Amino acid sequence: MVPVTSVGADSPVDGIVATVPIVLSLLVAVWALVAAVRHRPPDRVQFVGLAVLEVALLVLSVLALVAVGGGDRPGEPGAFFGYLVTLVCLPPLAWVLARMEPTRWGSAIVCAVCLVTPVVVVRLQQTWEVLGG
Amino acid sequence: MVETGSARQRTNSGPGRLLIAVYLLFAIAATSRAGLQLATKFDEAPVAYLLSGVAALIYIVAAVGLARAGHTGRRVALACCSVELVGVVAVGILSLVDKDLFPDETVWSQFGSGYGYIPLVLPVLGLIWLWRTRRAPA
Repeated sequence: MVPVTSVGADSPVDGIVATVPIVLSLLVAVWALVAAVRHRPPDRVQFVGLAVLEVALLVLSVLALVAVGGGDRPGEPGAFFGYLVTLVCLPPLAWVLARMEPTRWGSAIVCAVCLVTPVVVVRLQQTWEVLGG
Repeated sequence: MVETGSARQRTNSGPGRLLIAVYLLFAIAATSRAGLQLATKFDEAPVAYLLSGVAALIYIVAAVGLARAGHTGRRVALACCSVELVGVVAVGILSLVDKDLFPDETVWSQFGSGYGYIPLVLPVLGLIWLWRTRRAPA
């Protein structure tokens, strides 16, 4: 592995602002998985978890937008903003689908979406840090 | 029209809803990615990007088909899942045999390895789900 130049240090989507939603998302995913395995519909914890996750993602987005407003530019602007928009839509999507499906499968949906979210956060970071070449 | 409506599970509830959710996620991911690639760097890998576009379209139609759940919806979903399965296997093999054909990644390259092989699993699950909801389980 060649050490990459320190572009990552300037990334507004790195560190704690990204770690918090990733960890939160995984926690909700595990909780929802347990619920699904136990034949439980989405419970209060899952919905509160989704709400808190959404807040964490909005904080991340605002910080990213502030950085862009301050003159910083993501490596791949198109992809970056695409991922950003997708990201903040994920918890509401899970919420709506979970409300529509008050069975164990609702919990399974919450679990699936919460497994996808960390992936999107990581992709978001990658599209910021892309280096020419 | 012999089967009773209540005995027959509809494709858009229960596990089907989870399937639709995953299809939706893939539709969003593939559409935005393909759209971006087609818009910004079409010349670099036209075949790969067009294919991504087609795949994206199929995910959308499949999701709608499953969600609509009627007779037509099932048929549409069946067609989409079949095309997907053939597509992901064919492109998977082609991308291994002839790398030059797809200079850039598509959703289906290397059997969807870039997406955790979900593109390969998804149509299979879709077909199984359509099969299981075909008739009322005894």
